[in-house]
Amino acid sequence: MKILPPVSIEGRRLLPSRWDLLAAVLVLGFIVAFADVSRFLVHPLSSITGHDLRLNPADLPGYALRTALRMLIAMGVSLGFTFIYATWAAKNARAGSLLVPLLDILQSVPILSFLSVTVVWFLSLSPGRVFGAELACVFSIFCGQAWNMAFSFYQSLRTVPPELEEAGRMFGLGAWARFWRIEAPFATPPLIWNMMMSMSGGWFFVTISEAISVGKTNIALPGIGSWIAVAIAQKNLPAIFLAIFAMLVVILIYDQLMFRPLIAWADRFRVGNEQSEEQPQSWALNIYRRSRLLDVMTTPFDAMMRWSYYWHPPHFGVRAAGREVDSRVTDFLWYAVLALLGGYAAFRIYAFAHVNLSWSDLVTAVELGFLTLLRVMVLIAIASAIWTPIGVYVGLRPRLTQIVQPVAQFLAAFPANILFPLAVSLIVIFNLNPDIWLSPLMVLGTQWYILFNVIAGASAMPPELRDVADNFNVRGWLWWKRVALPCVFPYYVTGAITASGGAWNASIVAEVASWGTKTLHAHGLGAYIADAATTGDFRHIVLGTAVMSFFVVVVNRILWRPLYWYAERKFRLT
Amino acid sequence: MTSLLEVQNVKRTFPRSGGEELLVLDDVNLTLRDGEIVGLLGRSGSGKSTLLRLIAGLSRPQGGTLTYLGTPIEGPVQGVSMVFQGFALFPWMTVLENVQLGLEALNLPARELRERALAAIDLIGLDGYESAYPRELSGGMRQRVGFARAVVVHPNILLMDEPFSALDVLTAENLRTDLVELWGNGKLPIKGIILVTHNIEEAVLMCDRVLLFSSNPGRVASEIKIDLPQPRDRTSPAFEDYVDRIYVEMTAKRVERMRQVLQQGASLAMPLIHVSPSQISGLVEALVAAKYDGKADLPDIAYEQELEVDELFPVAEAMQLLRLADVEGGDIKLTHMGKRFADADLNERKEIFSRALMAQVPLAAHIRKVLDERASHSAPRTRFLDELEDHMAEDAAEETLKSVVSWARFAELFSYDDDAELFSLENPT
Repeated sequence: MKILPPVSIEGRRLLPSRWDLLAAVLVLGFIVAFADVSRFLVHPLSSITGHDLRLNPADLPGYALRTALRMLIAMGVSLGFTFIYATWAAKNARAGSLLVPLLDILQSVPILSFLSVTVVWFLSLSPGRVFGAELACVFSIFCGQAWNMAFSFYQSLRTVPPELEEAGRMFGLGAWARFWRIEAPFATPPLIWNMMMSMSGGWFFVTISEAISVGKTNIALPGIGSWIAVAIAQKNLPAIFLAIFAMLVVILIYDQLMFRPLIAWADRFRVGNEQSEEQPQSWALNIYRRSRLLDVMTTPFDAMMRWSYYWHPPHFGVRAAGREVDSRVTDFLWYAVLALLGGYAAFRIYAFAHVNLSWSDLVTAVELGFLTLLRVMVLIAIASAIWTPIGVYVGLRPRLTQIVQPVAQFLAAFPANILFPLAVSLIVIFNLNPDIWLSPLMVLGTQWYILFNVIAGASAMPPELRDVADNFNVRGWLWWKRVALPCVFPYYVTGAITASGGAWNASIVAEVASWGTKTLHAHGLGAYIADAATTGDFRHIVLGTAVMSFFVVVVNRILWRPLYWYAERKFRLT
Repeated sequence: MTSLLEVQNVKRTFPRSGGEELLVLDDVNLTLRDGEIVGLLGRSGSGKSTLLRLIAGLSRPQGGTLTYLGTPIEGPVQGVSMVFQGFALFPWMTVLENVQLGLEALNLPARELRERALAAIDLIGLDGYESAYPRELSGGMRQRVGFARAVVVHPNILLMDEPFSALDVLTAENLRTDLVELWGNGKLPIKGIILVTHNIEEAVLMCDRVLLFSSNPGRVASEIKIDLPQPRDRTSPAFEDYVDRIYVEMTAKRVERMRQVLQQGASLAMPLIHVSPSQISGLVEALVAAKYDGKADLPDIAYEQELEVDELFPVAEAMQLLRLADVEGGDIKLTHMGKRFADADLNERKEIFSRALMAQVPLAAHIRKVLDERASHSAPRTRFLDELEDHMAEDAAEETLKSVVSWARFAELFSYDDDAELFSLENPT
């Protein structure tokens, strides 16, 4: 299991650079623009819905298929985005200085906010039909996957071993050919890992975004997510279990038919001569490889790619330094365009805020933000205290690891909102305080990242170090303090960053939970955004989103980023 | 003299996939007496390191007994400490912290802890590096930390698992001499040392007794007492005699086994050790050099080729199997075929190799025959792997197949596609 650095740790500086600010302004401007547009679109389209959804088990496979297809399409789009965006950022220093901070900001915006802000606009693209809603749903999954995938690809492109590049040049490969024959293959294994992890997160968003209401616009796309929404509204417990089962089947199929083969296939792209301890195997890949049909189908594509290597696109991959003649002019134009864009975005934000928002609104949102922050931090701390020792225990036992790892991975993919009904019932029955007892729902899905990262860390502990500890009788607390905890710490931090990011996202769903007609509210920024979305109050959606993104960015900067680099510096083995 | 350690009839097996058991150590006996350095010498896979782990109490034997100062070893023992091949330093601790680790486990008062750690650092020559992190040190300095950490707990027995093999030649020599000198002066707070190595000269240089291990399963094949005063001179005739003698002892068994194989005719069931054709060509070329004229002393040629024993033996064995050379006593001698191979150009070499494979390696001939007979001229890897696994363990079968593939590729006898796991007669397109 490989551990990938999340996008929020790019760079080590604490204070935002000019580029960070510009990126923040642009993203916020984008959201404001959408919100403005949507406000005028929302009423005429208020009656758009999918067809009626009945909880008939015979229909479930069909729904599951549609949900799976949405995931696949979103994955395809994310992949396309990754190749273009990351390549541009890596190849063009000018673009890179904006595009990378932009990724950092984008990934801090809660995905469900993207959804509620854009859904109305998407609907307006094809008035009266479901197509727009499908687009919105795919878009929200895309938002959950694309940023991290692009970042992973960007990082790989930046770390291609120079001798490979040089070999490529010596054999006269053009930049285009070098990209496909050297850089892209080199970046493939981490990208595939990232796709797999992103897919896990995607299930959460697909189930939520299939059934969403923004103001009077109610959407219920046929799929597992809508099925769950209807089951919750009808208090139909068997239907929920059926949905869980369907989900399990779909996730397993994806794993076996797509990700296992991809991982086994990508193993050949690993640089370095030593064989991996265990070569990944996939029965599906063996079938694909032996199939003639697949050969026939890919041959023309192969030939086309081969032929395209003779193509030398004039500017592709040529560093700006190599084109110095026009560089000053282009620089000027580029900065001018950015300044204009930034200025325009700032103006839009100002206009929007000036008309719609007051300072007291901001104060309320920030207060609620602190409440949610408190929840996230406490929950991550509790989850860490529980899962770190368990992860170490499991990780040091290879046989146990083989059992627990896939289960943890599945639980991470598992949309935890399915468990909300249970939680709501319990809270109602025992008359508990929702402000406290709704909170655990936030980490239901994301705590597993801590567990499997710690497992990965513990199983990466060199056997010799374990022998040293045994040989010198290092036991008990001394062992945890000196050996185990330092060893898993870098892995833990990466897991905790992912878990905390996920918890912020989940707060929008978790702070308001319902079962049948009973709806529970906790006080927090997540509930604030969720309520604003339900009533179609775009002013507060935008404000809530901006405040939440701000919290995420700040927490990343002052807590996770320094912690990550400290761990990298001090505790990384080798 | 009292004995520090008694190892009697120790047996150790490892479980394997498929429920079989791999016997790694069988009926091993060993005694370590006060004031002795004992060397365990053998090729890799002979279970020397496994034995060391048993002595340290890091794992348990399936049979036999181990006793330390009269008490049975049933877990990590205070008084036995270990130096590791890969240093095994904690990267997040400074030199001082690494050295202190073993003392912390003893619950010593802070002041004594620090004093003892500093004294050990001083003794091993790490002065001034107390606050450095392992990654800032060179390999030699890192291993010094390993020594200091082992010595600081004042163990009765020091176990060393190939402690110099990860170091370059000069650093290793420097560290060896320092250690022997400290030991000779009686400055080390240690009563006995067990040194695992596969370097014959190292064993002769440092040890009072050397136990030669045979492999599969690991057993003590013989014991040689080194009766030379310290410090020892590598160039003295007596020293060289010991080295030669150990070489002969170590080759004798294998030569015997090869002879049997050659007499009875090799069978499919013969496990092969992976040796690349270029290693074979390299050794052939070294042997025809004017200095040797086709015949060489194994230690000499190993030294010249900068090879360790366990790197040289498989090559020599493969050459003997292919009838390119004969191994006799401590010597290796090119055959007529071997000389022809040396003179040939690349295509002729492939030709000779191909004929030798067909004639002497039944597995290669078998695969070729199956491929010839099949209409598709291809066969999956599992077809042969299963067949081999009837005769030998899984990983031996895999290694055997791997070496046949690499020889056959050189000889252009057949080809193999690793993605599809398919043998075929086609040349890759």
